[in-house]
Order: sequence, then C-alpha cells, then structure tokens
Amino acid sequence: MLTAAFAAFPLFFLLPDIFSGCFVYAAETARAFGPAPILAPGDYPKVTGVNPRMFVWMAAQMHLWFAAFVLAVPIFVLLLEIAGVIKKDKRYDKVAYEFLRVSLTAYSITAITGGLLLLGLIVFYPDLMKYLSGIFGSTMLLYALFFFVESAALYLYYYGWKSMSAGNLKWAHIGVGLLLNASGTTLMFIANAWVTFMMTPAGVDIAGVFDGNIWHAVRNHLWGPMNLHRFIANIAYGGSIVAAYAAYRFLGAKDNTEKAHYDWMGYTANLVAIGALLPLPFAGYWLTAEIYAYSQQMGITLMGGLFAWLFIIQAVLIGALFLAANYYLWCGLGRGVNGERYYKYVKYIAFVIAATFLVWFTPHTLILTPEEASSLGGQYHPLLGPLGLMPAKNIAVNIMLLFTFLSFLLYRRAYRTPTVKWAITGTAVEAALFTAAIANIIWLGVYYGYFTNSVYKVASSVPQVATTLFVIVACLVIEYFMHRKAETTELKWGSVPDRSQYALFLIAVSFTWLMGLMGFVRSAIRQHWHVYSVMRHNSPDAFTPSIAYAAKTVSVGTIIFMAIIAFIFWLSHIGQESGAGDE
Amino acid sequence: MRLVKFILTCLFFYLLLKAPGFFWGKPVPASLVSMYMFFIVITVLLVMTITDEGAKKLFAPVRALVEDPSKKLIRNAVFVILPIAAAFLAYDGSGKTPPSELRATHPAPPALARAYGKTFDLTKLENPFRKIEKQDPEAFKDLVKEGGEVYFKNCFFCHGDKLDGHGHLAHALEPKPLPFTGNDTIAQLQESYVFWRILKGGPGLPREGGPSISAMPAWENELTEEEVWKVILFLYDYTGNTSRSWS
Repeated sequence: MLTAAFAAFPLFFLLPDIFSGCFVYAAETARAFGPAPILAPGDYPKVTGVNPRMFVWMAAQMHLWFAAFVLAVPIFVLLLEIAGVIKKDKRYDKVAYEFLRVSLTAYSITAITGGLLLLGLIVFYPDLMKYLSGIFGSTMLLYALFFFVESAALYLYYYGWKSMSAGNLKWAHIGVGLLLNASGTTLMFIANAWVTFMMTPAGVDIAGVFDGNIWHAVRNHLWGPMNLHRFIANIAYGGSIVAAYAAYRFLGAKDNTEKAHYDWMGYTANLVAIGALLPLPFAGYWLTAEIYAYSQQMGITLMGGLFAWLFIIQAVLIGALFLAANYYLWCGLGRGVNGERYYKYVKYIAFVIAATFLVWFTPHTLILTPEEASSLGGQYHPLLGPLGLMPAKNIAVNIMLLFTFLSFLLYRRAYRTPTVKWAITGTAVEAALFTAAIANIIWLGVYYGYFTNSVYKVASSVPQVATTLFVIVACLVIEYFMHRKAETTELKWGSVPDRSQYALFLIAVSFTWLMGLMGFVRSAIRQHWHVYSVMRHNSPDAFTPSIAYAAKTVSVGTIIFMAIIAFIFWLSHIGQESGAGDE
Repeated sequence: MRLVKFILTCLFFYLLLKAPGFFWGKPVPASLVSMYMFFIVITVLLVMTITDEGAKKLFAPVRALVEDPSKKLIRNAVFVILPIAAAFLAYDGSGKTPPSELRATHPAPPALARAYGKTFDLTKLENPFRKIEKQDPEAFKDLVKEGGEVYFKNCFFCHGDKLDGHGHLAHALEPKPLPFTGNDTIAQLQESYVFWRILKGGPGLPREGGPSISAMPAWENELTEEEVWKVILFLYDYTGNTSRSWS
C-alpha cells in the first residue's frame, strides 16, 4: 500500500518525462501522417431529431461539471483527512468521509456522461475523431490506464477508510488518497492536451500533417496554462459544492448539534473554496494572455469582439461570488463574542468591494441608445472607457481580493483578543501593509497599464499579484504570532442566520454557471474550425451561436446539473439516515 | 428608519451615476446604470441584513404594510399604484426610442487578408518600417512625416487634425470616427490590425462587427501599401501610443 502511495507522487511530476519517452519512441517509429481531412457537409452523419452540436455540447458540459466535481472532491477530502491527522480532530475525518460518499454517485454519472460524449463525437464527428486519434492514440490508451488506476484507488480509498484509520495504516490510506488525486489530475492533463491542441495546434504543419512526435502536440501553447487554471479551479469548485451540501444540511438540521456540525463544515469548505479562488483570476489571466499571444483573432474574438459581453457576464458572476463570500463572513462575525465590534467596518469593506466589482464588470464597448451614442460621440465613454480595459480590471480584482481577505481577518478576530504587548503596533503594521499594497497596485496598474506598451502592461500584473499575495502571507504571519496566546472564546457554531447559507448556494451556482459560460467561450473562439486554422468545420452547425442562445443553453445546463447535484445530496442524506454506506 | 436609510442610500448612488449626464452632457448609458444599480441595491441590502436584528428592522415597515390590519387603506393604495407605475415605466421605456445597439467597435480580424494582389497573414504581419526606428532614427522621422502627409490629405477630414475623432465631417457621421488619442483605441491593437482596418474600412467589416455601419472607406483602393504603413507610423508617433506587441 505504502509503495503504491509513494509511487504516485513522483509519477505526477515525472509524467512529462514518461510522456516524452513514449513520444520519442513514437517519433522514431513515425509512420507517414496525412493532412487533416477537408470535409463537406455530407461528411457529417445525421440522426433525425438530434442536433449534433447540441448533443455534444450538453454531453461535454455535463461531463466537465461532474468531472470537475469528482476530481475536486478527492483533493478536498485528502486535505481534510490530513488536517484531521495533524490537528487530531475527528470532525475533519467525519466530514471528509461523508463527502467522499457523496462523490461516489457523481463518479458513476461522470463515467456515463463521458460515455455519452464519446458516443456523440464518434457518431456525429467521425472524421475529426479519426484525425485526433491518429495523433493522440497513444495518450488515449494512457488515459484508459489512468482511469483504471483512479477507479481502483477511489474504491480502496473509500472502502478502506474505516479499516485504515489508525497508526501507519492511516498514512497508507493518505497515500492511497494521493494516488487517487495524482491519477485523477493526470487524466485531466491528458484530456487537456486534446482540447488545447484543437485551439493552438502544435506538432503539425499548416495542412495538419503531424510530425510524429506526440510530445510536440501535447505540449502545445495552451496546455500549461489550461492545466494550472483547471487544477486550481477544481479545488475552488469542490469546496463550493461541499459548502452547498453543508448549507443544505444546515437548513434541514433537526437539532443544534447537527446545525453546528454543518455550519462548521460549510465554513471550512467555503474557506477552501475562497482560498483556491484567490489565485484563480491570475491563472485565468495567464491563460487569456497566452490565447492572445497565439492568435490576435482568437484574442479579440474572446475579449474585444463577439464574446466580450459573455466576459461581462463572467465578471458579474465572479463579483457576485466575492460579494456572497464576504456576506457569509460578515454574517459569521456573530459566531464570535467580539464580532459586534467589527460590524461598523462592514459598510466600508462593502463599499470598496462593490466599487471594485463595478469596475470589474464595466464593459469597454457600451450598449448605447442612438441618443447616448450621439452625446458620447462614439462607442466609448470618456470617463468609463479606461475602466473597460484590463489594467483597471487587474487593479479592481486585486483590491477586491485584499478586502475579502480583510473580512476574513476581522472574522478571525471576532473570537480572539490578542494579549501580546505589541498588538496595537501589529495591527498598525497590517494597516500600513494594506495601504502600501493598494497604492502599489494602483500605481502599477495605472502607469504600466495605460502609459507603456502591452508587453509591460501584461507583465505588470505579476508584481500586482505578488503584492496581494505578499500582504496576505505577511498578515497571516503577523496574525499567527499576535494570536498565539490570545484570549479566545468559543465560536457559537450553528448560530449564523439562515440567510448566510443561501450565500453558499449562490457561490456553488455561480461557479457552475461560470464554468459553463467560460468553457463555451474558450471552445467557441475557434469559430468555424475543429482544429484552429488546420481542420475546418464544415457541417451546417459551423456557425457561432448568438450570445443569447449560448447563455440560454449554458443556463439550462446549469439548472439540469444543479438538479442532479441536489438529487445526489438527497440520496446521500437518506442513505445516511438509513445507515447505508456507514459500514 | 432603516428602510428610509436604505432607499436614500440607493438614491444617492443613482444620482451619482446620473451626474455625468446632467452636468457634463456625457451620460452613463442606461444599460450600465441598470447593471450598476442592481448590484448597488444588493450590496446595500446585504450590509443591512448581516444580523437578524438589522434584517428585522429593515423589513418591518414592509411586513407591517402587508400584515397589519390597520394599514388596509395604504396597503390597497400601494397595490394599485405599484402595478400602474410598472405599466407606465414599461410603456415609457419601450417603443419611443430605437433599440440599443451592441456593436463591436473592434471586431476580430480574419487570419488572412487579401489586398494589392497578395495575401497577408495578419497573425504574423509586422510594419516593415518599424525596424528602421532603431536602425536609422533620422530616416524614420522622414517616414513618419510622409505618413503625416498621407493623413492630412486623406484621413483628417473625419478623424481630425488632433487625431481626436473631431474632424470637419465627424458630426455628420454615425457612428462617429474613432479618436486615435487616448489609450483605448490603437494602443490596444497590433499594427497588423490597424493595417487591415485601414485597408478594408467599413465595407470590409466582418458580420461579427455588425451592424456594419462604419462610413470609413476601404483605403486599399486609394492608398498604396507603403502609404498605409507610413500613416500607421504617424498615428502612433503623433499620439505617443505604442501598438500591442509581444516582444
């Protein structure tokens, strides 16, 4: 067991070497690869009553949501299990196990939707699949192998939970969890290679002739950024779904003990979700910058052209998410005896978060009535125009993150009073750090964003992020030393108003919606290409849907997914009540 | 009273958003005001409901209006006035003005553009004169000057002598010509994009940019390739902008 566990971790990092080993072999034995096929509308099979694109779209979307869920939950569960061992707190173990059970049902649904997606692709797009499998055949076999590894690890992890709960066996169990996560993440990385190849093909010439070295095709322009973005997003997503589950159980709790348990669970899960959310905008920014760098056409379609308004919707959802996360923390101030003393600051924090939120979603190209267009003399507002550009968004999101962190700091102080002599000085240093950081973020954004060329503009986002992260880490260190021997009072778990739990639902729904919308946008910027600039899409569906159509489709998908998730929660609930699954 | 405070706070922000239109003649678009106000109202609501006591106080007058038997008269009046007000707003807000337009000012360019008997790969295309900027600054100045002459013979009628979009003919055009000054037009674009946009003008706008109502001519019929590149040098030089680039 231990061997398997320890083998898993290096495997994760050695994967590129293993890949390149296979690929060199593939290159050496390369057969002659043909060009990408040029298709006519008649080359796309038809099935009466089925819209091929819609079928594949919905199957892919459902599969991605469930896959993100089942990849995220084991990460989350493993973190909780380790936290439980370190803190010697059984609550973590209980929650982790409870949630692993929930994910089992989702795991089978992931496999079903994955099967549907594959079926749809083979039936409706056989030539595309033939072309892709001609290049990625070996990675598809690797995918199948890791799928088996992941399944075996999952069952061992779940069914071995109780029998491997003490001593060295507990660590062996954690090793299995590590193997589960490593294989799941590897699966995602492999699938990411296929998807990103379709956007930024590499290892092929202009006609689509493959050079025989599959490592070239795998390590295409977007593979790295996509891997990072999805990995972080999965952790945030898993946390949000767990928090929504806790909220569901909190609202239906029969007694105060149960309520307290699910309040604590919701708080912990939300903490993980928001913690992972903090670096996510930066990973997304890197991904977008790479898209822009690869193709001006894709970049402008994405953010300045057709899909710019879907980006505004994205900004609205992300802002709503931050607002909800903060509201949850503000409501949580009431859990601590000293919480009341911080209520007076909430309105100022809210003001800053709302103001940055408004900047965050201010569009560059405005929707104008003819009268407004005439008054403004163009499509841009002289005052709001600069707010529509990325430098303003970068300033806004960094400040939004800092103030969300401030809410968290206040929350932590709601039940603790520092006793060290330098408490006032420490707080003053923290305030100074915040002030200096905000000044630095604004200066970097304004100077490099508006008065230098685009190379510096993109590059300036790095020191902005570094500033934000530095303040977060520095304040956490100060807080740690300041509150080591602090007077603490017990947190009144379960005392938060029911309203706060709806914030947790909102966070989970926002995440799901966001993933659907942005997934569509990322995929759709290929426009009429199966493989961008290499293999043209020539079926009757080779048009870009309108924004309204796309938004409705994603929204319907979100409703279906959330309904299934609610059903899974309910199943888990009744399963727990009847004692099933607690063996 | 908490509810009054809530209404006044929201009203304050609403008036703030309306101020640029009243005092400066540059209104914040109604579509944006709606979006802003939606989230402002929600934020104020959230701040006022973080405690049970606060939420109770905020909604007490609404609750009383609905439940208190002594408020029957006011209740009935409100239930009549509200739907009438909503109907009036719906009537007033529709049908009188043409619908708002969502027009992409800078639609995505094609990967390839055909002009002057050859095909340009816009993903890799660079201004052939740009390298002279470092190699021979004096010669580069001459190129910029030549670009300026092209501009003042052809472009300034609409885009203006200060490149601010306020040319003689600008007031007659809808949409108005874009300014090159400021940092949100050509500063956001690669030179290859500006080249394509000048060559193809309004008639060459893709459907994505619709409604394609730009009055800009397709300059490939009037200017040589060299002239277009030179005028681009002038646009960036005069405005002090640099084009988007990745190196």
